[in-house]
Order: sequence, then structure tokens, then C-alpha cells
Amino acid sequence: MNHVRTDHPFVIAGKTYSSRLLVGTGKYKDMEETRLAIEASGAEIVTVAVRRTNIGQNKDEENLLDVISPDRYTILPNTAGCYDAESAIRTCRLARELLGGRTLVKLEILADQKTLFPNVIETLKAAKVLVDEGFDVMVYTSDDPIIARELEAIGCIAVMPLAGLIGTGLGICNPYNLRIILEEARVPVLVDAGVGTASDATIAMEMGCAAVLMNSAIANAQQPILMAQAMRYAIKAGRLAYLAGRMPKKLYASASSPLDGMIG
Amino acid sequence: MHIQLNGEAFPLSEPLSVAGLIEHLQLAGRRVAVELNFEIVPRSMYEATLLKEGDAVEVVHAIGGG
Repeated sequence: MNHVRTDHPFVIAGKTYSSRLLVGTGKYKDMEETRLAIEASGAEIVTVAVRRTNIGQNKDEENLLDVISPDRYTILPNTAGCYDAESAIRTCRLARELLGGRTLVKLEILADQKTLFPNVIETLKAAKVLVDEGFDVMVYTSDDPIIARELEAIGCIAVMPLAGLIGTGLGICNPYNLRIILEEARVPVLVDAGVGTASDATIAMEMGCAAVLMNSAIANAQQPILMAQAMRYAIKAGRLAYLAGRMPKKLYASASSPLDGMIG
Repeated sequence: MHIQLNGEAFPLSEPLSVAGLIEHLQLAGRRVAVELNFEIVPRSMYEATLLKEGDAVEVVHAIGGG
């Protein structure tokens, strides 16, 4: 096992990013906390949701895109809350218009409110249409290696299996499936959803994920800004450990101090 | 006349373009996107796009999400 891993830059839709942490903007106390947490995370790609504007109640409301400026961050609009291909496709088209023609989207189609598990059937349908329409699709999916392969074949630019269910913080529930996805994929694989704390993010990166996308793990921490900082380091530590290549696990001890020159 | 605005009936006292509606809603200059009867209305077409009785209009913006 003398295989040395070389670092590859993290490239999404032709742009190279130095941060391998992508963060969401949901569940924060207010806009200021959102802004500070995202700044502390060092993330360069930030997800947002697209929703109906509240008619007649929004005159002085602060706009998220004024706080998280598209000039500074790559905005990754999601289709969260969509349960079918049609509404996800409409949402992506609206997002592209909202962001001045930018084609990067996070496709996420859910199956069920209790689990928020991805509906892979609708996801496959929507991915086809969106790729044909010129979108750069980063796709949220289950940790099924066959679906991941299909989504890649359709032309999605990144495959993003869940580590655990959205908002559960359970960490990587099925590391063996994730390993198979990582081994086969030719596009960046990101863990999206389920990360609970810094060590979860590190494990994902140690396994060889290109990056990790998270929201609740930061926003629901007792101190979100501090956790954002923790995640920044966790992602870096995991990436370095992946490149370094861990020592093999052994059953029996192996002394670290030499036995030669012992007194007595 | 009435249009369907973000899923609800919305009265218009005079014929309006999409630009007029956005102005009327005090959303001019805000980061919003508009869909009319399931089709995107590009910003450059706001003035030229006139609303008709029963039109379904969606006005969306970005909010926090993961």
C-alpha cells in the first residue's frame, strides 16, 4: 500500500474553490447570525431556498442576497421542499432568473415529510431535463451507489448523497455505501445532510469526499458561529488526513520508542 | 380584474404590466424573479408583458435554506 494520494483542486462548474465546506443559510436566529456564521465557516458556496415573496409584508424586510452577496459568494439555490420533478424544474428556472442567469443549482426532491428522504425517481427525471436545459446540477440523493451512477451518467456535475437524514445530525449512517459511491464516481462526491458535529465532517473528508454540505450542524449548535469555525478546521483536517493516508489498523501493539539502549 | 398572485386571488383596479405589478407591490429594485403561467418572465420583458384576467403569477425571492 504505497499508493500516495495527490491533491486535486475542488472544481465546481469550472470554478476552483479553496474551501471544501458548503453551508446552508436556514434555521439561523437572524440575518446577522447567518452572516457571521457563514463568514466563520470560510465557505465560498452558500445554499439558499427560493420561496414566494410575502405580498404586502416585505417593504423593509432585509433580503438574504443583500447579506450573502452573490458578488462575494457562489450562491447555490436549492429546490428544497419540492416533492416532484415539475416543481423542482420550475424552481430552478426561477432561481436562474433570480441570480441573473447563473446555472448552478442544487437539485433536491423529497419523498416524504417525516424522513425528508430523497425521491430518486423524480430526481432522475428532473436531472435529465435540467442538464438538457444547461443547468449545472449538484444533486442531493440517497446513498444508493446505483442511483449515484445514474445521476452522474445523466450529466450532474456533483453527486451529493446523504450521510444521514436531513436535520438529524446522526453522522454517516452507511459508510460502506458511501465508500462504493466514492470509488466509482468520476464527478465530485459531497456528503449532504446528516452531519452533526465536527468529527462527522472530518470522517466524510477522510473517506475521500470532495466536500461536505451542511446547515443544521452549524445553525442548531449552541453557538453557531463557533461551530462554523470548528467545521472549517474539521474539513481541512479530514482532507489532509485523506491525503496523508492513515496508518493501517492493527490488532496488537507496536512500540513507538526504540527498544535499543534501554538501561539496566 | 383578478389575477392569481402567489396562489391567491389578487384584484387589479387597472390593467398592469408585470413591471407595473412589481411597482404596485413595492418590489421594484428588489431581488425577485417572476413566473407567469408557468413561464419565466425575464426582467427585460417586465414592461412589455401585460397581465390578463386569471393569469397565474408567482413572485419569488431567496430565503435561508440548506
